[in-house]
Amino acid sequence: MNKTLIIFKREYLTRVKKKSFLILTLITPFLFAGIVFLPGYLATRENKQEHKVAVLDHSSIFLGELKNSNSTHFFFIQKDEYEILRQNNLKNSDYYALLEIPQSILVSNRVLVYSNRQINLDVKNHINRQLESHIENQKRAKLVEQVGVPDLERQLQETRTRISVETLKLGEDGAGRQGSTEIAMIVGYAAGFLIYMFVFIYGSMVMRGVLEEKQSRIVEIIISSAKPVQLMMGKILALAAVGLTQFMLWVVLMAAIFTGAKSMFFNEEALQQMTQGDNVMMSAGNGAMGGMMNNVDPEQIQTIMNQIQGINFVQIITLFLVYFILGYLLYSSLMAAVAAAVDSEEDMNQFMLPITVPLIGAIIILANVIKNPEGPLAFWASHIPFTSPIIMMVRIPFGVPWYEIAISVGILALSTYGAVWIAAKIYRVGILMYGKKPSWKELGKWLTYRS
Amino acid sequence: MDFFVAENVSKTYSGHQALTDVSVNIKQGQVFGLLGPNGAGKTTLIRIINQITAPDTGKVFFEGRPLRSTDISRIGYLPEERGLYKKMKVGEQAIYLAQLKGLSRRDALKKLRYWFEKFEMQAWWDKKVMELSKGMQQKVQFVCTVLHEPTLLIFDEPFSGFDPINANLLKHEILNLREQGATIIFSTHNMSSVEEVCDHIALINNSKKILDGNIYDLKSSYRTNTFDVEYKGEFTQLERLLSSEYEIVNHVESFHSNKMTIKHMNGNGNNDLLMKVTPHAEIVSFSEQIPSMNEVFIRVVQENNK
Repeated sequence: MNKTLIIFKREYLTRVKKKSFLILTLITPFLFAGIVFLPGYLATRENKQEHKVAVLDHSSIFLGELKNSNSTHFFFIQKDEYEILRQNNLKNSDYYALLEIPQSILVSNRVLVYSNRQINLDVKNHINRQLESHIENQKRAKLVEQVGVPDLERQLQETRTRISVETLKLGEDGAGRQGSTEIAMIVGYAAGFLIYMFVFIYGSMVMRGVLEEKQSRIVEIIISSAKPVQLMMGKILALAAVGLTQFMLWVVLMAAIFTGAKSMFFNEEALQQMTQGDNVMMSAGNGAMGGMMNNVDPEQIQTIMNQIQGINFVQIITLFLVYFILGYLLYSSLMAAVAAAVDSEEDMNQFMLPITVPLIGAIIILANVIKNPEGPLAFWASHIPFTSPIIMMVRIPFGVPWYEIAISVGILALSTYGAVWIAAKIYRVGILMYGKKPSWKELGKWLTYRS
Repeated sequence: MDFFVAENVSKTYSGHQALTDVSVNIKQGQVFGLLGPNGAGKTTLIRIINQITAPDTGKVFFEGRPLRSTDISRIGYLPEERGLYKKMKVGEQAIYLAQLKGLSRRDALKKLRYWFEKFEMQAWWDKKVMELSKGMQQKVQFVCTVLHEPTLLIFDEPFSGFDPINANLLKHEILNLREQGATIIFSTHNMSSVEEVCDHIALINNSKKILDGNIYDLKSSYRTNTFDVEYKGEFTQLERLLSSEYEIVNHVESFHSNKMTIKHMNGNGNNDLLMKVTPHAEIVSFSEQIPSMNEVFIRVVQENNK
């Protein structure tokens, strides 16, 4: 069996079989899903909790006019009962809050709400809206009556206007395809960041692996059986495979979780509830997803779905893999060389800095690139090999001409080849050097050594 | 041609001369001692044999033809600084190292079973290396070195870290391997073990080979013709008799017998001395001071450094 393959197998299996790898790989998608869904889920749970509000209406214009919501129920009570509750009994009663509407409400525009706890925002907003809409409706009705124009109510209703801006991307064939700037941003950001994360995490793993072999001195035994390049490439490729395994597992798990969640949240009952209009008025005070879902009507969901389908995922995933593999090889080979050249973590960190600067720089300029994916910064950063894996991935969902991608991949591939070549030279010498930390000049000299 | 030959090998590391024009010839079945002070160039030579590094000039031959990269699977190397993957299980690790030497998994398992039984290490199979003591790790490492039945074995300080019992066991195994036809390069500072196991040595100092030869011949050539004689008799008489040809280095008298250390100045044989002494004194014991390898080592290196 090929020695690189034997090394690859060991490196891959020891890492994939590790408990920490399994746990992290299995848990992360759930954590992620949790972050997305939990606030929404909790918000819907809260809505089901019933809050009883006792109302004492001095103005007597609201009786029977305050609508209950899922979470807030109004009960009109008499003054003596109200007094008892207010004096000492609210805590023991099943009322959540007391609402006192003064006689002069139409003038003062003020009501008082008592509760023995800090009142929940949801309940407060609901009280607010109910009062407002009833008064508004009354005022409007009065006005309509005074003006005497028939059908005015309906005409006023019709003046309400909502415009939706639909963005279409012109393909080469001239046909417009549905696209969304927001979604392109999200996909671009996610892809760029994912590459950054994988390169950083797995590059560091390569580095630690190399240093471990050097420090434990097993390296001398291995390179008396295999060539240093075989050891280095076996390890680097194995870790790339571990990264891809993790990525694939995440994709599969996420897809499963989101499909499951979708059927849970977007069932027919939920959709019906959304159309009932009552919830459309929900304010921004709600939990993120719960609020969002309640605010979004099915038509909009359909549009978003279309827009998501408008994104060329095959292209994105293919290029993601290309950029991930090339970018990872570029960085991890240099990191392997650095780890081979030093004996200790401290020295390693010092050499690491110049290598990771472009990587971190790419993340820093990422926000600017997203804002202007066609600008000169985006253009250059997506061609310079050290930043291109991240920046080009950010640009791709916005649409990049194929020849630019080809040039960028070409430059990156050549640079990666060069980096691996240099790394192999440094690695082969460094792995057997103990003691003094080498200078940059010495590292340069190692390139010319005969093996 | 000999089993292993290095011809005028030189190697320089960034201005530092590691080997200068070194030649060694190792015969099949020999235990060849590669000696020298720290930093003399032994490890460089060993690494060249292992093809970890290549010589700048000079040639290396294995079994009469230039050393090839495939020869790696016929060489077993136990480096001075030993190491195994600490978190890997012993069995798995042994199989891995054997596979790197070209053994199939099945052959590796079969051979490992034999060695683990021989050294009574079966219970360690599923343990992580870091759970073993240092001596146990050394044993595992030894097994990994010899497992693929190499024809050329290189041991760099094999006994360091072993207790005397295990060191003996190891010595026994090394000699056993030679019996089975392996050729062995043995690098150490422990001169008493050199005398016990080596047939032939080369001494490297400051990147150059300064001594090469059969152990017995070397030791004889560094003889000083000095004798220890314990006898019963009159010293003054002996002194008068011997003073023309011998220098009396030391003399101690005691109640039962006297001891003297004398040096032969002209290089006559042992029997001459005995014949001179016997008529006048009763010999209790008689021995020639043959230098130990330790003394030879120190003397040669010191003279070379002057």
